[in-house]
Amino acid sequence: MATAENFVLAIGTKKGLWLATSQDRKQWSFSGPHFLMSEIPSIGIDTRDGRTRIMVGVRSEHWGPTVAHSDDLGATWTEPEQGAITFPEDTGAAVERIWQIYPDAESRPGVVWAGAEPISVWKSTDGGEHFELNRGLWDHPHRSDWGAGYGGAAAHSIVVNPAGDNVHVAMSTGGVYRSLDGGESWEPRNKGISAYFMPDPNPEFGQCVHKIAADAAVEGRLYAQNHHGVYRTDDNGENWNSIAEGLPADFGFVMLTHPRREGTAWVVPLKADGERIPPEGKLAVHRTDDAGATWKRLDTGLPKGEYNSVLRDAAGVDSSEPAGVYFGTRGGTVYASADEGETFAEVVSHLPDVLCVRAAVVSTAGLPVPETAAARGA
Amino acid sequence: MPDISVVLPSILQPLAGGQSILTAPADGTVTVGSLLDSVTGDYPVLARRLRDETGALRRYVNIYVAGDEVRRLQGLETEVSPGQEVLVIQSVAGG
Repeated sequence: MATAENFVLAIGTKKGLWLATSQDRKQWSFSGPHFLMSEIPSIGIDTRDGRTRIMVGVRSEHWGPTVAHSDDLGATWTEPEQGAITFPEDTGAAVERIWQIYPDAESRPGVVWAGAEPISVWKSTDGGEHFELNRGLWDHPHRSDWGAGYGGAAAHSIVVNPAGDNVHVAMSTGGVYRSLDGGESWEPRNKGISAYFMPDPNPEFGQCVHKIAADAAVEGRLYAQNHHGVYRTDDNGENWNSIAEGLPADFGFVMLTHPRREGTAWVVPLKADGERIPPEGKLAVHRTDDAGATWKRLDTGLPKGEYNSVLRDAAGVDSSEPAGVYFGTRGGTVYASADEGETFAEVVSHLPDVLCVRAAVVSTAGLPVPETAAARGA
Repeated sequence: MPDISVVLPSILQPLAGGQSILTAPADGTVTVGSLLDSVTGDYPVLARRLRDETGALRRYVNIYVAGDEVRRLQGLETEVSPGQEVLVIQSVAGG
């Protein structure tokens, strides 16, 4: 057991943010709700630069969206006065919701990416305090043809190659776009991904991708969970191939990858777009250790009956060894595994709908430890 | 010079330094939009809570002038006279 490590678990819900800390990933101390009555659709935990910065997308139905950050585990929050993410005047656009906050690689401290609704990608070079609109994607000639998924027209996934300038963005419902020049220019990369709901089921773009994630150990390999379809590319998005065989359903929202190990990814299958519940009401995570050739059903510790779905960002991994796997349901229950999904335990239940879950190994030296508002097993 | 007052709901008062009423001097009628520009100039976070970056009033923010919600009048172009009170009230919405 990694007793020397400290873990932080951030849970964004429809009505606020809860933060939890733990030393063993079994007993958790909670603080929250932060931002009560605002939804938290995105969280980034940045452990670079010798600090722990929690960045959150916050959206109030009344008072609009914003981005806040905390460097003291939620004891205090800072919101840039002019807003961290605001559209330039010439665009005539206004931010609706921040869907993704993605700290870049260790080698690029201070760089943080964001994805937003309306479909847009943003980049910060000051640790997430101010973001600039990516004009290459905003001015893309395809933009007027990108649709809106049920949840909104959003750039919801950003994956940056730590070693280079490759950036992949996934959007609902535009598909996957790739930049080879750090975000200056973008091209659709959806070959092999079906869009059965369109007149041409194999269009250049318009696929409804739900989440993408990169294999940490294999250059150019990514995984995608789509609106019907689970895929892998081994050539940096040039071609995608189905890896859905062996799963109980090819629908779902989650796609997680291991922080280090080749070929390891997790999905949470849902039955179909018409039902959107775990197959037969039996919740399970499925993990592949061979890049999608085979899948293992993981449900130890999960309830026998569960009819709530798991949203695209309501799942995360930590970087410990073994890696931790976390997810939350729309029914407000969060589960954690300290052994890569082999066994799960309930962390907390009866929260509002869980929209976003992120976990990280952090240093809590000198930081206030959240008061225990609810602790399971403590 | 008479003032025009903007009355804030309690939830927004921390963003205005704890004030419940913001006032702007006026020697004639002003529009609601310019009034908001004036009273939120020192409180940019408050400004962003009321209007988005295009300047549009947020959907569930209601502003009343003389008892009428400005969307039923001329929106942010609605004129306000010195001595009048402008109310900011959030919609009853959501669950």
